[in-house]
Amino acid sequence: MTSIASIAAPSQAGFNVRRIREDFPILRQTVHGKPLVYLDNAATTQKPRAVLDALTAYYSEDNANVHRGVHLLSERATQAFEDARATVQHFINAASTREIVFTRNATEGINLVAQTFGRTRLGPGDEVVISAMEHHSNIVPWQMVCEEKGASLRVIPITDEGALQLEEYERLLGPHTRLVSIVHLSNVLGTINPVQQIIATAHRRGVPVLIDGSQAVHHMTVDVQALDADFYVFTGHKLYGPTGIGVLYGKEGLLEGMPPYQGGGDMIKSVTFEKTTYNALPYKFEAGTPNIAGAIGLAAAVGYVTGIGMDRISAHERELLAYGTAALSGVPGLTLIGTAAEKSSVLSFVMEGVHPHDIGTVVDQEGVAIRTGHHCAQPLMQRLGIPATARASLALYNTREEIDALVAALHKVRELFT
Amino acid sequence: MSDLRELYQEVILDHNRRPRNFRAIEGANRHAEGYNPLCGDRLSLYLKVEDGMITDASFQGSGCAISKASASMMTDSVKGKTLSEARGMFEQFHQMVTGNADPLAHPERLGKLAVFEGVRNYPARVKCASLAWHTLRSAVDAKDEVVSTEAE
Repeated sequence: MTSIASIAAPSQAGFNVRRIREDFPILRQTVHGKPLVYLDNAATTQKPRAVLDALTAYYSEDNANVHRGVHLLSERATQAFEDARATVQHFINAASTREIVFTRNATEGINLVAQTFGRTRLGPGDEVVISAMEHHSNIVPWQMVCEEKGASLRVIPITDEGALQLEEYERLLGPHTRLVSIVHLSNVLGTINPVQQIIATAHRRGVPVLIDGSQAVHHMTVDVQALDADFYVFTGHKLYGPTGIGVLYGKEGLLEGMPPYQGGGDMIKSVTFEKTTYNALPYKFEAGTPNIAGAIGLAAAVGYVTGIGMDRISAHERELLAYGTAALSGVPGLTLIGTAAEKSSVLSFVMEGVHPHDIGTVVDQEGVAIRTGHHCAQPLMQRLGIPATARASLALYNTREEIDALVAALHKVRELFT
Repeated sequence: MSDLRELYQEVILDHNRRPRNFRAIEGANRHAEGYNPLCGDRLSLYLKVEDGMITDASFQGSGCAISKASASMMTDSVKGKTLSEARGMFEQFHQMVTGNADPLAHPERLGKLAVFEGVRNYPARVKCASLAWHTLRSAVDAKDEVVSTEAE
C-alpha cells in the first residue's frame, strides 16, 4: 500500500482510535485477503461490543413482553425499555419521555408525521417545503399525502457546491406553507444544513419544521430544544445501534393533537366495540409489541458514544474529513461532489471515464467497502447532472491509514480503466 | 488484481472505451428501453428487423463498464441472427452470468460473449451484464415498455 502520510493521526486527549477499533469485533476481519476498510458508514455503522452484549443480555436474562405482565421478567423488560427511552430523551435533550416515540427507523418516523399531522393539517392548495438534497424517505411520504389532499411540494434549490439557497427558502415560505421538512446532514453531499436558522425562519411565519437527523445524531451534538425543532427523526442503526429501531421526537403539544398512526395493542387505554380511548403519549403512537431489544441496543449505543463524548467524535471525524478531502483531491481525474463550507463525514466523488459501479467493485477487491449509486436521492442526482456517485463515509473508528487504503485502491481503478 | 482481470477482461475494457454500435438507427423498427433502478443505468436499444432477421442493432445510454461492454458486444453478435436465435442467445447468456451453465460446454453457442463468464462471481454485477439482454428480449418480443432488471 502506498501511503501518502503513514504518520499516525494526531491523537486528541482521550480519543484513542486504536482502542476504539477493538470495541468493534467485525472490523478485525479480512475481505478478499485484505484488511477490511469499512467506509460505508452512511449506509449503516458497525456495532460495538457494548451493543452486542446488551442484546445478548436482554435475550438471555430479561426477555418478556412489556407494559402488561405482572411477573418479574416483564417488569425488568419494561424497566429496561423505558430506561432506553429516557436515555434517548437525554441524548437529544428532549423535555420529556412523552416526546420520544420508538419507530422502526427514520422513514417510519416521517411517514408517521405525514399520515397523522400531514393528513389532518393539509388541504387543497397547501404546501410542504422540502429541499433538493432530500433522501427519498423525506420526499415520497410527503408526495403521498399531498396527492391525497390536493397539496403540493415546494423544493428549496441548492448551489453547485451543495448548500441550500436560503434566500430562495425564505421566498418559498408563504401563506399556504403548512410544514417544512429538511435533512440535517445530507447522506450524499455531507452538507450540514443550518437547521437552527431554517427553523427560526419558519417559526416566524408560524410554520412547524421536521428535521431528518439520520445522518447527524452520531456525528454532532443534537439538542432538539436548542434547535426548537418541532419534529426530529433518526434511525438507530446509523448510530452504532441495531437495525429496526428508530426515534421520532415531537413536541408534546403537537403529538397530543395528532391522531394515532396505527391501531392495535399498547396504543389504547380501553377498547369496547363502540368506542376506543387512546393511550397517553408516547404509547398512542406505538401500536403492537415494540422492538424491545432494539430500543435496549440503541440505548447501549447512545451510552457508548456519549461515553466517548460527541465533541471528541466530531473532532476526530472533522480531522479525518479534512485529511480525506485533501487525499482524494490528489487522485487524477477525481472530482468531489459536495463541497459546502459546512460539511461532515461524507466524501462523494466521481472519476473521469469510470462509472461509480466499477469503482466500487475494484476497491472492494482491495478490501475497501464504499457505496456507489444514487444513494436513494435520484432528484439530487438529476440536479447534479450525474447518474451516480461513489461515496466513502466516515465513522468514529476510521483512521487516516484507511483513507490511504482507499486512495491506493483508487489508483488501481485508474490503472485498470485508463 | 488477477481476480479483477477475470471480470474486467481486456475485451470488455476495450468495448467500454470504444463501444461499438453506439448510435441510433434511422428507420429502426424495434426499440426498447432498459433501466436498472439499483444503479440508475439506462439503455435504449434499436433493432432493424427484416423478414424475421436482425439486420442492424445499436444502443445508446449510460452505464458502467460491464453494462456498456455487454450492450456493445451484444449488438455486434445479434446482427444477422433470426429473432428466434436471438431469444436463444438471451437464454444462454443469462444462464452463463447467473452461473447456471458452463460456457465451455458449448463454446460455439456464445462465442466471444464467453468473456462475461467472470461476472458470475460478482453477484452485484450480474444485472449490469444482463441489462442489455433483457432489453433485447423486450425488443424482440416487441413489448413497448421499459424493462427493468428488477422485474424478473
